[in-house]
Amino acid sequence: MYETNYHRASSIDDAVAQFAKGTDSKFLSGGQTLLPVMKQRLAAPSDVIDVAKIKDMIGIDVSGDTVTIKAATPHYDVAQSDAVKKAIPALASLASEIGDPAVRYRGTIGGSLANNDPAADYPAAVLALGATIKTNKRSIAAEDFFKGLFSTALEDGEIITAVSFPVPAKAGYAKFPNPASRFALTGVFVAKTKAGDVRVAATGASQSGVMRVGPIEQALKANWAASALDSVTIAASGLLADIHGSADYRANLVKVMGQRAVTAAG
Amino acid sequence: MGVEGIGARVVRKEDRRFITGQGRYVDDVKMVGMSYAHFIRSPHAHAKVKGINSTEAMKMPGVIAVLTGQQIVDDKVGNLICGWAITSKDGSPMKMGAWPAMAPETVRFVGQAVAVVIAETKNQAKDAAEAVVVDYEELPAVADVRAAIKSGAPQLHPEAPGNIVYDWHIGDEAAVGDAFSKAANVVTLELTNNRLVPNAMEPRAAVAHYDQAEEHYTLYTTSQNPHVARLVLSAFYNIAPEHKLRVIAPDVGGGFGSKIYIYPEEMVALWASKKVNRPVKWTGDRSEAFLTDAHGRDHVSKAEMAFDKDNKILGLRVKTHANFGAYMSLFSSAVPTYLYATLLSGQYVIPAIYAEVIGVYTNTTPVDAYRGAGRPEASYLLERMMETAARQLKVDPTELRKKNFINQFPYQTPVIMAYDIGDFHASIDAAMKAIDYAGFAARKAKAKADGKLRGIGVSCYIEACGIAPSKAVGSLGAGVGLWESAEIRVNPVGTIEVLPGSHSHGQGHETTFCQIIAERLGVPISQVSIVHGDTDKVQFGMGTYGSRSIAVGGAAIVKAMEKVEAKAKKIAAHALEASESDIVIENGEFKVTGTDKAIALPMVALAAYTAHNLPDGMEPGLKETAFYDPTNFTFPAGAYICELEVDPGTGKTSFVNFVAADDFGRLINPMIVEGQVHGGLAQGIGQALLEGAVYDDTGQLVTASFMDYTMPRADDLPSFQLSHTTTLCPGNPLGVKGCGEAGAIGASAAVINAITDAIGNNKLEMPATPDRVWHAIHG
Ligand SMILES: Cc1cc2nc3c(=O)[nH]c(=O)nc-3n(C[C@H](O)[C@H](O)[C@H](O)COP(=O)(O)OP(=O)(O)OC[C@H]3O[C@@H](n4cnc5c(N)ncnc54)[C@H](O)[C@@H]3O)c2cc1C
Repeated sequence: MYETNYHRASSIDDAVAQFAKGTDSKFLSGGQTLLPVMKQRLAAPSDVIDVAKIKDMIGIDVSGDTVTIKAATPHYDVAQSDAVKKAIPALASLASEIGDPAVRYRGTIGGSLANNDPAADYPAAVLALGATIKTNKRSIAAEDFFKGLFSTALEDGEIITAVSFPVPAKAGYAKFPNPASRFALTGVFVAKTKAGDVRVAATGASQSGVMRVGPIEQALKANWAASALDSVTIAASGLLADIHGSADYRANLVKVMGQRAVTAAG
Repeated sequence: MGVEGIGARVVRKEDRRFITGQGRYVDDVKMVGMSYAHFIRSPHAHAKVKGINSTEAMKMPGVIAVLTGQQIVDDKVGNLICGWAITSKDGSPMKMGAWPAMAPETVRFVGQAVAVVIAETKNQAKDAAEAVVVDYEELPAVADVRAAIKSGAPQLHPEAPGNIVYDWHIGDEAAVGDAFSKAANVVTLELTNNRLVPNAMEPRAAVAHYDQAEEHYTLYTTSQNPHVARLVLSAFYNIAPEHKLRVIAPDVGGGFGSKIYIYPEEMVALWASKKVNRPVKWTGDRSEAFLTDAHGRDHVSKAEMAFDKDNKILGLRVKTHANFGAYMSLFSSAVPTYLYATLLSGQYVIPAIYAEVIGVYTNTTPVDAYRGAGRPEASYLLERMMETAARQLKVDPTELRKKNFINQFPYQTPVIMAYDIGDFHASIDAAMKAIDYAGFAARKAKAKADGKLRGIGVSCYIEACGIAPSKAVGSLGAGVGLWESAEIRVNPVGTIEVLPGSHSHGQGHETTFCQIIAERLGVPISQVSIVHGDTDKVQFGMGTYGSRSIAVGGAAIVKAMEKVEAKAKKIAAHALEASESDIVIENGEFKVTGTDKAIALPMVALAAYTAHNLPDGMEPGLKETAFYDPTNFTFPAGAYICELEVDPGTGKTSFVNFVAADDFGRLINPMIVEGQVHGGLAQGIGQALLEGAVYDDTGQLVTASFMDYTMPRADDLPSFQLSHTTTLCPGNPLGVKGCGEAGAIGASAAVINAITDAIGNNKLEMPATPDRVWHAIHG
């Protein structure tokens, strides 16, 4: 690790102010992505601004038809939350499948979304549920937030403060883990909104990061059943290919995990 | 004898310090004035080193020195050696290129060191390393063994034209030809044995100290065989004569073979400690371990088996290309030859065998022995062959095996090995019973109704442990003898220290060896301690690998104990005024048989050291040594059966059951044996389903971290059902055979046989990832 200056921010405003002072600052939340990268000397921030202890950034709130998860809430809390389990069980279940216990105790939803790893789990839920990302400056719709691999609509120094999810009528997530990293080789989140719309997002599959899956959405709109996907074909073009899965294998996983997500959603 | 003797499930003595975090590893060693080394490594698989400029780096804070490969050459430090000479078919010796500890001119794999920075702190060394400018001229590289032997392939070493180290063979080619001409059926199989990265939990490390006043060196190192390390460092690398070099391997966190070898980094640390006249520490990180620890396996083979009309095997023909990587590591040459092809008879009567092995250089990390070393490759090939043959011949795979089993012992195979004893029917029957083999068809049908593809796979392995006698291995080209030594010191108060020549890095020697003493003397194991891993304390020994520590080292302990007991009996007889032949040892006492006269061990020991009343002419003291050279290898064998299900939608494999029936001869501590089998099975299953080192065409290691290299985790594995069928080894006094590698040798074929049975397609390579299995199902 290169030398760096560490600051623990006391509030969101303090974090933003500290960030501005450094020549090349980075927010630090759970550190489950940033710290390994720094240890390998692949990142060299001049200053790290720790947001994980900011009170206004931790906690889960369910009111009416909205679940709000503050950005520095660890995956473990989301997985364990009775409120989340009741309102959007698929979201709690997704959080329980991220990494291992150590990662879930530390890693946070804000860090995961800001990082936008193409194989991360949360982006699939955020996109399929049509969530809104709240920052210190604005609210960003999921549609507008993800900008391809490891890139988002966030501006320099902009901090995610919370994510709010509309409670769906039904939702399910099915993840096929990469055997080595256990990130999603492909994960599919299916959601039926209370208005009857169907939104499906896949992570881990596409060369441009988390994506909506049109053919599955159409099939499920017509018939919300796993069997409705039997005749769907997912094109392999534009999908990722690596030693863990070819593009045609991932295309198959989008469909099969889609079916299993529907079954899980009920 | 007693609750802590042979056969007792004694809890491991060493675990107290390991579990409470008090193990003492090389990286825990701190010395006054210690400096830190960081290596500068080639990012290219093949390149000329045109120049190294360290001017800027030398100005950086804390930097003590930047040392290069040229300085190693100038100081006449020897090149790395390969200790087993193999002769090609045409009678020519193997063809090796030089391997200097740091590359002065040419780098041949990604990660090869070209220079080292020594600084006050580790971070300062890393900072300065970034400022060293290495001017590389990239050369074309080749990573794949098939590509490396094509004409026009990039050439690694001028000494080895065509990248061929040797073209070796064994067996009777003409007899095999005859067998095939008479065959009713011939079965062929092509397969790859995937390259593995050992990934011991503790990365390699070294702390080197040069004492200028005494001209003496001390090296703390992560070694499985500190004496061999000292021998090689002094006799071949010219760093210091043996009496001026102390090598200490303290607690070592896993080896699996990868810590047998004396690597460049440890050598350089030792050499550099004199150059900078400061203690030097180097601790590898996980990335360095991926790139520089010797890898394992990496064979491409073609095999043909001939059967008569009754399905009896007539002959076996095998051609294997073994990838050695960029340089010949210490025992690499022996692995695909004498540790592989000599096991191709397996558990079967095969009248004629002929195997050709072509050893090949590629621009990859050097490959050497890794848990099982050659035997997993042989077992995988043969057991996939038996399963393939059974399917082709339309007979039950267990029936085909039983029909061809060796039933008479000793049995001389056509490929050197002479099996002393075994009972192959007993182990396959035990395994079949444990898994309810007969009920499989019904279970498969039920799984099918649930949308799952169920399969069962058998693997009957045999291996050769001990890698001895020395005379025999010497005649096959080994540069060392593979005997073992032990010293036993009975202290004046009657406590006992055992100083074995082997070394423990996970095997539990501190418990098992004490149990041997407890068995013989009837003392509690708390009265016995094991001292190992330090060349200043322990006499020369050969170390731990090849499941040899109990099979060879255990016998040395017994031999030394026999001498101790003989002398102690004389002392006891003298004290008790009895005849020596009437003395028996029981519960820590020397008794006159048939009487109540006895003298306790501590009193005998004290008498030996006070020497006030010893038999006339007897030397004082109670301490004996023994060197034991076995008369044959030992031959652990067994049967593994795996039942699993494949999800046709994703290609994912889930275990239903995995049973192992092993014959290791006598078990000293069954709990430790089970632990060894569990670990071995995890590695065998890991090879079958998860692990595989992948290089791209330019020689970059794609799987250079745990993000891409799938290490087995507990939840990847089934709950194993183990059992033992026992034939005692006639070749050593304990009747033991060794158990360290069996799991890794036998497991992978059972898994792949089960998957190919489930999916009905035999074209499947390891690791059988979900992607590969799905493609095998769906095309
Ligand atoms: C072993 C392991 C396994 C894992 N497995 C999975 C898995 O299966 N699925 C999965 O989805 N993820 C997985 N992860 C990633 C994990 O979920 C991380 O927690 C997550 O990617 C990053 O969250 P973090 O809070 O640790 O962020 P950090 O590492 O602290 O930060 C990550 C990035 O986000 C920025 N950032 C952090 N917080 C904010 C904020 N509030 N506003 C703006 N920018 C911010 C940081 O500056 C940094 O660039 C794994 C990680 C590890 C180490």
